[in-house]
Amino acid sequence: MGEEVKVFGYWASPYSYRAELALKLKGVSYEYINEDIFGNKSDLLLKYNPVHKKVPVLLHNGKPIVESLVILEYVEETWKHNPYLPQDPYDKATARFWIKFIDEKCFPTLWLAAWSAENEREKVTNEACEYLKTLESALNGKKFFGGETIGMVDIVASSVGYFIRVTQEIMGQNLLSADKFPQLFQWSEDFANCSIVKESLPPRDKLLPFVKGLIAKYQQDNAKA
Amino acid sequence: MAEEVVLLDFWPSLFGMRSRIALAEKGIKYEYKEEDLRNKSALLLQMNPVHKKIPVLIHNGKPVCESLIQVQYIDEVWHDKAPLLPSDPYQKATVRADYIDKKIYDLGSRVWKTKGEEQATAKKEFIESLKLIEKELGDKPYFGGESFGYVDVAFIPFYSWFYAYEKCGNFSIEAECPKLIAWAKRCMQKESVAKSLPDQQKVYDFILQMKKHFGIE
Repeated sequence: MGEEVKVFGYWASPYSYRAELALKLKGVSYEYINEDIFGNKSDLLLKYNPVHKKVPVLLHNGKPIVESLVILEYVEETWKHNPYLPQDPYDKATARFWIKFIDEKCFPTLWLAAWSAENEREKVTNEACEYLKTLESALNGKKFFGGETIGMVDIVASSVGYFIRVTQEIMGQNLLSADKFPQLFQWSEDFANCSIVKESLPPRDKLLPFVKGLIAKYQQDNAKA
Repeated sequence: MAEEVVLLDFWPSLFGMRSRIALAEKGIKYEYKEEDLRNKSALLLQMNPVHKKIPVLIHNGKPVCESLIQVQYIDEVWHDKAPLLPSDPYQKATVRADYIDKKIYDLGSRVWKTKGEEQATAKKEFIESLKLIEKELGDKPYFGGESFGYVDVAFIPFYSWFYAYEKCGNFSIEAECPKLIAWAKRCMQKESVAKSLPDQQKVYDFILQMKKHFGIE
C-alpha cells in the first residue's frame, strides 16, 4: 500500500519544523513543499487550509491535517513505532500540559521579549524568565522532557530551545543562558546535537540573517506608524 | 481497586463544567470540592502550582490540569463507556475545540465586562463567532455527529452563561443563532449536562456581583 505523505511548510518556521521532525522520528518519507508564506501562498495550501491559510499542513493520502500540535498527535497515532508520547494516560496528560504551557505562555512571551519596545522589554523579559524557570522544573533531572529519548514535549520545545535562542543572539539578549538556566541550557544543547535533529534543523547561518531581516522590517514598519 | 477522583472547581466556571460533564457521561463517582478563588486552598496551590487555577482533576492523588486535557484524560482512562472522541486518528484530528477557548471565551468576557462602544464591538464579534460555530454544527444533532462528543462537551457550558451575556448586552442569541440554541436544548436533555450546568439566573446574579466588584456599571 503506497502512503502519500506531503508537508506544506516554511523552512524557517518553528511550527513547520515540528511536523517535519515528527515524521523524521517515525522514519516516514514525505514530500516537502516550501511555501512562500511572505509572498504568494500556493493554491494547494489555500485549498487544504482555507480557515487559517497557514503552514504546516500535513497531507496524508490526500487528507489534510492542520495545526502543528494536531499534526503531532496524528502522526503519533498513525505511525505507532518509535512512540514520542507516553502510553499511560496520566503521563500523556502531563506531556499535553507542558506542550500547552510552552505554546501558550513560554514561546509567545519569549518571542515578544525579542520584539517588544525598549520600555516594555523589562516587564516581558521578567515574565519570560519566570516561564523558563517553570519549564526547567519540568525537566526534573531528565535528559529530555521525554526521558532518555526525545518526546513530543521536546519537539514542541524546539521552538524555545533553538528558534528563540537564535533570535536572542541577534537581539543581544541571552535569556536561555547556562548560568541562569543550567538544566534547560544543557537540554537545548543535547537536543540540537541529536543526529536526527541536527540534520533537520534550519541551519543557523541561514536562520540568523533571516530573523535579522524580519526584525529589521518589523522595526521599520513600526517606526513609520 | 478503589478509584479516588476529586474535582477542585468553582460552580460558575465554564471550564469546570466540562470536566463535570465528562465525569457524569462516564458515570464516575467523584468528590466535588468548591474553591473560593479569593482564598485558594493549599490543596489547589499544591496540585496546580504552575497556574493556580481550577478545575483540577485529582485521580488517585495525581493532578491533571487544564479542562480540555482533563476531558481527554477522562475519555482515555474510562474508555469503555460513552466515548467522547473518535477512535480514528483522522477523525480525531478534525475535532477541534481550541477555537472555542481562544475566541468565544474572550469575546463573551468582553460582552459583560465592557459598556458603550467597546461592548457594541464585542457583541458584534461575539455573534459573528457564534454564527461560525453554528455553521460548523450544520444540520448535525451534535458537533460530534450522531452522538454527543468532545466539542459538545467543550462548548455546552457556555449555554449556562448565555442569559447573562444577553442581559448584559441586551440582545437575543436565539434570534441570531436559532440552530445553536436548538442544539443547546438538545444537550440539556442529557442528565450529564443538566446536572453539571448551573441555573442561568444564578449565573446572571453572579455576573452582576462581579460587575459591581469590578466597578462596571
